[in-house]
Amino acid sequence: MAPLKLYGMVLSPNVVRVATVLNEKGLDFEIVDVDLRTGAHKQPDFLALNPFGQIPALEDGDEVVYESRAINRYIATKYKSSGADLVPTTPSAKMEVWLEVESHHFHPNASPLVFQLLVKPILGSTPDPEVVDKHATQLAKVLDVYEAHLAKNKYLAGDEFTLADANHMAYLLFLSKTPKASLINERPHVKAWWEDIAARPAFKKTIAAIPLPPPPSA
Amino acid sequence: MAPMKLYGWVVSPWMGRVRVCLEEAGVEYEVVPMSRSGGDHRRPEHLARNPFGEIPVLEDGDVTLYQSRAIARYVLRKYKPELLKEGDLEGSATVDMWMEVEAHHVEPALWPIIRHCIIGPYVGRPRDQAFVDECLGKLRAVLPVYEARLSASKYLAGDDVTAADLCHFGFMRYFMACEYAGVVDEYPRVKAWWDALLARPSVKKVIAGMPPDFGYASGNIP
Repeated sequence: MAPLKLYGMVLSPNVVRVATVLNEKGLDFEIVDVDLRTGAHKQPDFLALNPFGQIPALEDGDEVVYESRAINRYIATKYKSSGADLVPTTPSAKMEVWLEVESHHFHPNASPLVFQLLVKPILGSTPDPEVVDKHATQLAKVLDVYEAHLAKNKYLAGDEFTLADANHMAYLLFLSKTPKASLINERPHVKAWWEDIAARPAFKKTIAAIPLPPPPSA
Repeated sequence: MAPMKLYGWVVSPWMGRVRVCLEEAGVEYEVVPMSRSGGDHRRPEHLARNPFGEIPVLEDGDVTLYQSRAIARYVLRKYKPELLKEGDLEGSATVDMWMEVEAHHVEPALWPIIRHCIIGPYVGRPRDQAFVDECLGKLRAVLPVYEARLSASKYLAGDDVTAADLCHFGFMRYFMACEYAGVVDEYPRVKAWWDALLARPSVKKVIAGMPPDFGYASGNIP
């Protein structure tokens, strides 16, 4: 059985989003480097995989899937009986809601914060304080909703860890490496949820494969 | 079986997305109208349904859902799973990919254009043309990919309509009514796909409640 090929950069949070799920399923995969800095994502051989020219893309034999959240659904569905079962057999309305909440409330704020506070320093530029403040303020309000929800639910979809939790982990990881980790740590139920899911053995394997930069100097 | 309840204002593109899916699935539902200008979505009774204070919200018995695409998936999975290509691994992955493409490439490009060019004049918001141009650039970047896709099949996930196409409805409806509709007209397959969606009975029914100016000109402010 050919191993799965995950195209992208090991430091890309959207690639880590997929690696998280691949590891939860206990699947063998290789990361095939697509270096954004050289424009590899706009070259014909990558565009043949993802015509939108974005990482990640997943190759599973003859099947190619792009968009990290679509890839994760595909993996969770096809390999349902392998490793942790991330999609309930009886489809869960709550899971579907929180998958979308990640995509439309959490991600649009977490992503710019990670870009400003982690990526820009790596690229040799400095965070824009206005952008940081705007998204930190918005993410705080979003996480207040998470706090209330997680006070009544162990995981986002209820009692079980599902794809809804898994899809958050990459950006939670990168956010936790920034000064805005306080957004997580100041909310006891969000913090407890993050610490619980971050301690999953499969996630430790995911983290070990990421060459995380040292924390930026204050 | 009590009809489902869909809370919100029908001119909302997010409401439109959900309503075409409800109509396609042949689901019995009633719209519970809410007032945006009256701040109904921020009242405690609505926050109890959706703590993010947004519409639409669907109530189906004791199940309450929000986020338009989650509602769409729930409704279609329950009543018309073929529109999600459930049970077809490759097909459902294609539906999911194009739903994500719409969510991350199309809606975020169209909504600011709609806000600035259609709604802005009615609410006294000056247009940020630079931002509109940036959004048009994002749309122009993805239209060739759509054109190529729709040259290979009639709809985004194959020759039959699916949730992937339907999820585009609400925002395309308003964008195609604005001064920049010509951008899409340059792509004949995309234009034909949009025209095919417009011809569907579900779309005709839902569009009837979505005047191109959101109701502002006639004083029916949402």
